[in-house]
Amino acid sequence: MILGNNGQRRSIAWRWALAIPVVVVLLAVPAFAGAYWTQLLTYGLIFAVAALGFNLLLGYTGLLSFGHSAYLGVGAYSVAFMVRYWHVSSMELYILGGVAATAIVSALFGVVCVRYTRIFFAILTLALSQVLWTVAYKFFWITGGTDGLRVPYSDLSLLGGLIHFAGDDTYNKFIHSYYYYVLVIFCACVVLMWLIVHSPFGKTLQAIRDNETRARFLGVQILQYRWLAFLVSGIFTGLAGVLWVPLNGLTTPDILYWPQSGKIVFFTVLGGFRNFSGPIIGAVVYNFLEAWVVGFTQYWQFALGVILIVLVLFVPGGLVGTLLRVLTKTTTSMQTKPKALT
Amino acid sequence: MSLLRTQKLVKHFGDTRAVDGVDLIVSQGEFLSLVGANGAGKTTLVNLISAYLQPDSGHIFFQDQDITFLPVADRIKAGIARSFQLVNLFDDLSAFDNVALAVFSREGKTRNLFTLAEKDDAVTQETLEVLREFGIEDKRETLAGGLAQGERKLLDVAVAHALRPKLLFLDEPTSGVSTRDKAQIMDTVSSVVRAGKITAVIIEHDMDVVFKYSDRIVVMQEGSILADGSPDEIRQNGEVAAMLLGAPTST
Repeated sequence: MILGNNGQRRSIAWRWALAIPVVVVLLAVPAFAGAYWTQLLTYGLIFAVAALGFNLLLGYTGLLSFGHSAYLGVGAYSVAFMVRYWHVSSMELYILGGVAATAIVSALFGVVCVRYTRIFFAILTLALSQVLWTVAYKFFWITGGTDGLRVPYSDLSLLGGLIHFAGDDTYNKFIHSYYYYVLVIFCACVVLMWLIVHSPFGKTLQAIRDNETRARFLGVQILQYRWLAFLVSGIFTGLAGVLWVPLNGLTTPDILYWPQSGKIVFFTVLGGFRNFSGPIIGAVVYNFLEAWVVGFTQYWQFALGVILIVLVLFVPGGLVGTLLRVLTKTTTSMQTKPKALT
Repeated sequence: MSLLRTQKLVKHFGDTRAVDGVDLIVSQGEFLSLVGANGAGKTTLVNLISAYLQPDSGHIFFQDQDITFLPVADRIKAGIARSFQLVNLFDDLSAFDNVALAVFSREGKTRNLFTLAEKDDAVTQETLEVLREFGIEDKRETLAGGLAQGERKLLDVAVAHALRPKLLFLDEPTSGVSTRDKAQIMDTVSSVVRAGKITAVIIEHDMDVVFKYSDRIVVMQEGSILADGSPDEIRQNGEVAAMLLGAPTST
């Protein structure tokens, strides 16, 4: 990433030029796709929000978390608790409550985790997420245990009560309305994360990732920045959990279990964690891929495992990273190609 | 007037006395060279002053303030910056971003989450100015990891210089570069440092470079200061000249 030069401005203009048609296509999806595909894409966009948050830690700060299921779960269970114990139906209140709860949990977990890096960081995040999983599993009189807690869409209201889904045959209406609701939040999250990673704060995270010692000798207080990145990352993932649960209709301890963290890692590796859009593409593609493979074979985990192995061995840059490399090679054979996050 | 003073500074690594009771005074505005054989304690001394290491005992005074236990960030705020023996850059960031980060950090802007870094015109201008001073403005778009060794050395110093320090430590700024590049690097560094009235302490093995650019030379041996004087005084010190230059000891 290069600041203050024409190449950078051209690159940004090019990306916006690409983003606008993508948004137009996304807006048109419910018009030509059925409820099933729209729902699948909604899941993809929700997990893309989680992957954006996750990649602030992995791609930009150099910290691999294996515990992001914790924040998905906290977001989801916050909504479920609001529904069950306070009979809240407003999606906006779900978002406020879920984000606040996730912020508190990720702030606390961050204090513990950011003192460590590499495998120690990964193991700590994993362990903490499993503590929450155990709580959700064992405290069944509060959490519903393995039965989970229901969040029926029929009780949901969007935009301060303007849109309701009570009554019969409202499923399609819910899927379409909720898709647009998620799409707006997804776009806002993309813009916000774009701003963060291109801010002086984002640059500082990349500096810490590249060379912690030198960053320290620029006066950067490493732990504070890592903690803040951890917090922001957790909040994005928590928001994804909030958005996920009304669509799923139910939350169980599975959302907190470690394979869910693995899934987020998978999205990010699939799309490529060394570029901004990689995790977004990865999350969307993964959801379609999983749905397709599940319909194709009962050994779908095996098939996804093979894909992951192939990715790591032969496409380490992920889908987007590899595509960009190929495009760069074909369009230009000059200059050193920037490897930095863009 | 002394800018920096160490008092009986000690750092041992097991049985090795890396720095052994060093009393060093660095005066305002001087270009001082720290020389000595490998293992003499030069880098350890700089590491202690810059807070890379904590001393076992002794004190460090900067502008008459005891900074012995001040953390790195506070020493940088006080006006102490350094470059590293092995070039220490953000290799996946451009030369521009490497310097810009130092400017952002100095200005206390690194916590800004919601403003685009490139929109800060003041930082952009200052960064370009620093790159221009060091003669690497045309490399601003190149990743630090893709620069030639001489350019990396210059960028390393430029990053430290962008912190606008009062005291700048340069740890072997010409190691691993060709003789021609050495002269170019030292000419650039020397002119930037003198133009900015920055006090510089340089660790260097090339005695031609040391004698050419230094106002004062401090010779270290086995963790202690062996000699301290102007380039002429050091040249005329037979014992030191023999050690540094391999010249016969005068009697």
